Amino acid sequence: MSVIDVTDLRKSYGGRAAVDGVSFTVEEGEIFGILGPNGAGKTTTVECVEGLRVPDAGRVRVTGLDPVADHEEVTRVLGAQLQQSELQPKLTVREALELYTSFYPRPADWRPLAERLGLTGKLTTRFGKLSGGQKQRLFIALALIGNPRIVVLDELTTGLDPRARRDTWELIEDVRAGGVTVLLVTHFMEEAQRLCDRIAVIDKGRVAALDTPSGLIRRSAGATVISFTPSAPLDDADLNTLPQLASVQHKDGRITLSGTDETVNAVITLLARSRVTAHQLRVTDATLDDAFLDLTEATA
Amino acid sequence: MSTDVLDTAVLRSEFRLFRREPGGIFWVMLFPTVLLAILGSIPSFREADPGLGGLRPVDAYVPVAVLLGLIVGGLQGMPPTLTGYRESGILRRMSTTPVRPSALLTAQMVVFGAAALLSALVALAVGRLAFRVALPEQPLGYLLALLLALLASLALGAVLSAVSRTTKIATAVGSTTLFPAMFTAGVWLPVEAMPDLLADIVGWTPFGAAARALNEAAAGDWPGALHLAVLAGWTVLLTAAASRWFRWE
Repeated sequence: MSVIDVTDLRKSYGGRAAVDGVSFTVEEGEIFGILGPNGAGKTTTVECVEGLRVPDAGRVRVTGLDPVADHEEVTRVLGAQLQQSELQPKLTVREALELYTSFYPRPADWRPLAERLGLTGKLTTRFGKLSGGQKQRLFIALALIGNPRIVVLDELTTGLDPRARRDTWELIEDVRAGGVTVLLVTHFMEEAQRLCDRIAVIDKGRVAALDTPSGLIRRSAGATVISFTPSAPLDDADLNTLPQLASVQHKDGRITLSGTDETVNAVITLLARSRVTAHQLRVTDATLDDAFLDLTEATA
Repeated sequence: MSTDVLDTAVLRSEFRLFRREPGGIFWVMLFPTVLLAILGSIPSFREADPGLGGLRPVDAYVPVAVLLGLIVGGLQGMPPTLTGYRESGILRRMSTTPVRPSALLTAQMVVFGAAALLSALVALAVGRLAFRVALPEQPLGYLLALLLALLASLALGAVLSAVSRTTKIATAVGSTTLFPAMFTAGVWLPVEAMPDLLADIVGWTPFGAAARALNEAAAGDWPGALHLAVLAGWTVLLTAAASRWFRWE
């Protein structure tokens, strides 16, 4: 069952289209990622889902509700962590948690949530005195405090150190295990690859690709990377005729090729035929990073 | 949980935050009375003045001190706070919850309104106890004029916050508006002591009308319908302007 439906969403600012026909569907219980370069329209898209912006055209539905017309009902099922926001500087962490708890009909208990996010020692600290990472963790807690069915996290781990980032990822996996659907906006490939079931890559206001992380990697031109140090020089002409080859690089006597499994087989045949030994032969899958660059460049 | 423009949890929270602002507490709640006490301690301010219709200057300054608290609260206290809430995304964050951000606007008005009324009580009490200034002889009329003036001041504050994009601008605009507001309320020269033409002109401004209405009620008359109408008119006009221009983000 889908819980978020976005169809042909459009939104312009001052004549410039920030979102230019975006469509996607998020299924209940999945972690759905929105990935894209800065200014691609990611935040505008999720702000339309949150009901903070009114779309120029297109249709957005959250559990069948219109986030603008049925805003209040949507806020009860959707928790949001915004990319940029603050709280009153002199409000303490505990007061913020209690205040936001009071807003919801069936809130979560904030104590275990604060504990889980490492905020227990900061309950009497005022918001203005928190570090960037602590503020971020408080906002994650506030997004979850209403026991939402859907949680939208925009730049979830920005400002967190690697340790806190990993803890947060575990928390998100737990949240999903509890049946909550997660819409995650990120530009961290590692985060997307680790957490997301499916990813929409958004570029210049459009969906450039929508697939699972491994699906996206497979789609990219250089999905497999082969690198080795040949015992004798290889003829570039031979290398360039390899099937499905995406790129060739020479560096310090080492050759790095990207392509597909077919390219790998052809390289091995070529090496054997040329009687060249490949030292330190490595075959690796491309990362989501490579796929992302490929996808966003293709539309440039 | 609430979907009304008034949310008790938000209100409590804003009261608590106001108590953490010593500057706000001083300027809204104490400064008007401190000014009254300083002026009242000048001997000539305690002598009847024929230019004031036989009142002593200190008598004339009690309504001024009463108005001063609500002017400072409405024009200098509230606009930077509200604009700051918008600028830093606090209103926006609240928009993603079942509580409307208007709950924060209402809470701010209630907090500054309560502080201004308390300030008025302090000024009346100190005037009575320290300088034997008679309490208003027409208390109901006095209260009505005071409440209307308070509404006008809060509405003007909301307009200033609406037209100010940043906290800095709101502070500057608030301070700039503060001086004419203080002048018309009679801080430099009580309205009764103003030349007739000036007093008539000032009577058309919100705080000038408020000063005249308060003086009438203090003397025991029901405040003039014109002054109350001027105040009510400004309140309606300013509220309409605020609701037209105020942006939540």
